[in-house]
Amino acid sequence: MTETPNAVEMQNVTKRFPGVLANDQVNFDLRAGEVHALLGENGAGKSTLMSMLAGLYKPDAGTIRVNGQAVSFNSPRDAIARGIGMIHQHFTLIPSQTVTENILLGLNEPRFFLRLSDYDKRMSELGERFGLGITPQAKVWQLSVGEQQRVEILKMLYRGVQVLIMDEPTAVLAPQEIEGLIKTLRAMVAEGKSIVFISHKLNEIMNVADRVTVLRQGKITAPPLRTADTSIPELARLMVGRSVIFDLHKKDQMPGETVLTINKVCANNDKGLPALKNLSLTVRAGEIVGVAGVAGNGQRELAEVITGLRSCTSGQILVNNEEVTNQSALAAIRKGVSHVPEDRNQTGSAPNLSITDNVIMKSYRQTPLANGWSLNYGMARKTAQVLKEEYSILAPTVETQARLLSGGNLQRTILARELSAKPKLLIAMQPTRGLDVGAIEGVQRLLLAQREAGAAILLTSEELEELFALSDRIVVMYEGEIVGEVTDHDTEKIGLMMTGGKQEQKAIMNS
Amino acid sequence: MTTATIPTKRAGFPFSIKLERRLTTPAWLSPVVSIGAIIVALLLGALVLLMVGGHPIAVYAHIGKAAFGDLGVFSDTLVAATPLIFVGLGCSLAFRMKLWNIGAEGQFYMGALGASTIVLTGLVSATTPRVITLTLMLIAGMIFGAVWGLIPGWLKAKLQVNEIITTLMMNYIAIALVNFFVFAVWSEGGFQMTKTFPKSAWLPKLGDYAKQVPLFRGLTTHFGLILALIAVAIVWYIVYRSRWGYEIRLTGDNPRAAQYAGINIVRNTVLVMMTSGALAGLAGMSEIAGVVHRLQGSISPGYGFTGIIIAWLAKLNPVLVILVSILFGGLILAGREIQPAGVPRLIQGIILFMLIASDVLLRYRVRIVRRVA
Repeated sequence: MTETPNAVEMQNVTKRFPGVLANDQVNFDLRAGEVHALLGENGAGKSTLMSMLAGLYKPDAGTIRVNGQAVSFNSPRDAIARGIGMIHQHFTLIPSQTVTENILLGLNEPRFFLRLSDYDKRMSELGERFGLGITPQAKVWQLSVGEQQRVEILKMLYRGVQVLIMDEPTAVLAPQEIEGLIKTLRAMVAEGKSIVFISHKLNEIMNVADRVTVLRQGKITAPPLRTADTSIPELARLMVGRSVIFDLHKKDQMPGETVLTINKVCANNDKGLPALKNLSLTVRAGEIVGVAGVAGNGQRELAEVITGLRSCTSGQILVNNEEVTNQSALAAIRKGVSHVPEDRNQTGSAPNLSITDNVIMKSYRQTPLANGWSLNYGMARKTAQVLKEEYSILAPTVETQARLLSGGNLQRTILARELSAKPKLLIAMQPTRGLDVGAIEGVQRLLLAQREAGAAILLTSEELEELFALSDRIVVMYEGEIVGEVTDHDTEKIGLMMTGGKQEQKAIMNS
Repeated sequence: MTTATIPTKRAGFPFSIKLERRLTTPAWLSPVVSIGAIIVALLLGALVLLMVGGHPIAVYAHIGKAAFGDLGVFSDTLVAATPLIFVGLGCSLAFRMKLWNIGAEGQFYMGALGASTIVLTGLVSATTPRVITLTLMLIAGMIFGAVWGLIPGWLKAKLQVNEIITTLMMNYIAIALVNFFVFAVWSEGGFQMTKTFPKSAWLPKLGDYAKQVPLFRGLTTHFGLILALIAVAIVWYIVYRSRWGYEIRLTGDNPRAAQYAGINIVRNTVLVMMTSGALAGLAGMSEIAGVVHRLQGSISPGYGFTGIIIAWLAKLNPVLVILVSILFGGLILAGREIQPAGVPRLIQGIILFMLIASDVLLRYRVRIVRRVA
């Protein structure tokens, strides 16, 4: 064998967690100078496999070779010393420090005197080489999510990694930013570096990767395929183990009365900066209005002002022609507003409380659950059991703590609570984010059922496909404003608007 | 080539210890681990006693006898446990909502002051029926304690002032305030104590019924214990059966979710702090009406702070608060017997340390794995 050894070779790697076989005799190889996609549903074991390569976990069995040499990493530091670095979904940056400071953090150099300006220069040069375009002096909190990701990449480049693992890097990016990322990755590959690209988005993988390995339930379902030799349906089948129908039956129906009216609303974000700027929007009964936009452009604040969690600085919000502006969250609940928050763990659930406690979160004030000062726990448990069946929440009992549920089951628990209230208005924030294909389909069907039942639905999603499939109308949000409305499914137009192409759009609409 | 072993350097020890996260904790594990921790703590305490030349078995036997040896001392243990139950309950309720009320000591003093006010300002006289006097003392004690919880609670809810600092500081204010009244206003003949309360302001104790039940002769356990048990029942109902308790549990676990569920966190913060303060205030009332029978400077050997420990050891469970309070009551009592400070404190400290450390066993499974050669 005369060919150069693979950059990375993992053989028969097995990893067990209590009760779960996360990786079962997985083989994975990465050639120098390729983008290799790792595809699989949530919980398929992609992140676990790569965490072992990056030194976060140790495999229970199997071997890992880097450039032909067997290695055993005890920490990410060991892995980086061998040129392997991983960028996680949640960034590990310190908001109050500058880009350079963040990159230098944890390194042996500089030792005592910082001489930051020298390093700033080095960072600029390195960034330019890979088309990252970062100001080293900027504080991290001032950067957009996309820019923060680029800081993470720069951090790894500065540490001299040859193999960069990226865990679902596009989840937080706008289409244009994704293109920028791909360019950077290409520049890295051109220098002989290798990239592992973890994703469950098929289009993206076809677009970015040279080869793809598919994982399902901890096992490899196919030897590495060249993306040129495969197709999206084939990958989808390999990923979920059955053919997936990407078609939902959306009934044609005429929307009814206007349920939600937002009139020139302004609101600030947590930092006290304007997040919504004179935003107006209506949603009618039996209608799904999709909100497209890159995360962080005011979607969360929009949901919060409607549900009474945030106050508006000006403007007016009506639900069924009743004023809800700047009233409490309780007032919104009483008016029949349900809210599937974008953050399942931080907002949508109480992790250490049981499923029962979680599903009664909004109904515990009403009979039959409430009985004067008391709470009828027997009735609560019964309610929870019914919902557990109805929404197929997979858990041992309704006493199971919410933190033990998988993402999909937790989301079903939240949906069970919000939909069982028979909402007049449903604010669904990214209801399918992070769920696997099967779960996504279930959630989408539930939303369509609500639409048929006559609920007005405001839906945000980072998946344009999903918005196209579900929405009757799509509005695009950018920097706290609605910059346009689309009824045809023109991805390019939406992408442009999502990144601030408002002027052009207006011109088009005026013409 | 494919089956080559990994050549890595290994330390001489052939086993390694691994901690694995437990997904669920079986119900029996918690008490077993706690009892195990107490045993280990006693063994460690014995080691220390041996090192300083003591006889651990004799010491432990003496502690056991001094705290639980016969009805008389057990009754004294219960007397010491009574304020601890109140204070432990108060802390556990606040801690459920992750409100770190460490001001139980001050609230205890305020409760004592409030109860004394009823007697010493002439609001009642020696001839006022006992029931009325005691009820008024009870209410005043609760109100004074509640006010001492209301202030930090309101500051926390409205202005996000850290309640740990405010409650801690208010302890000193309360103690100074009591001293002011003891020295300057109600001083009895220049001594730093007030005059003894009239009998009508004394909580009845078992010894009072020696005529009817000879067994009760000399027993000091007073009606405060009954009040404490009633308080346990009420707090248990609040936490596990009431809507308010659900709100407290939800807010404690995830305040953002509570807000999202439409719960008024500001109001609940104030109410929980007030209730917590009222319970600690009750401890003060019960202590001066049941034991001291007058207001004086040193009415608490740190009951308020012990309450924090008790709440934690009882895992915030109101019923367990009773058991832990009796254990600590016994240690306080035996402490007075053996040594003013030192050994009993040491054992208390080791027990606490072990119990807290043992928590890791509830959350992780320890596995000893043979190293791969």
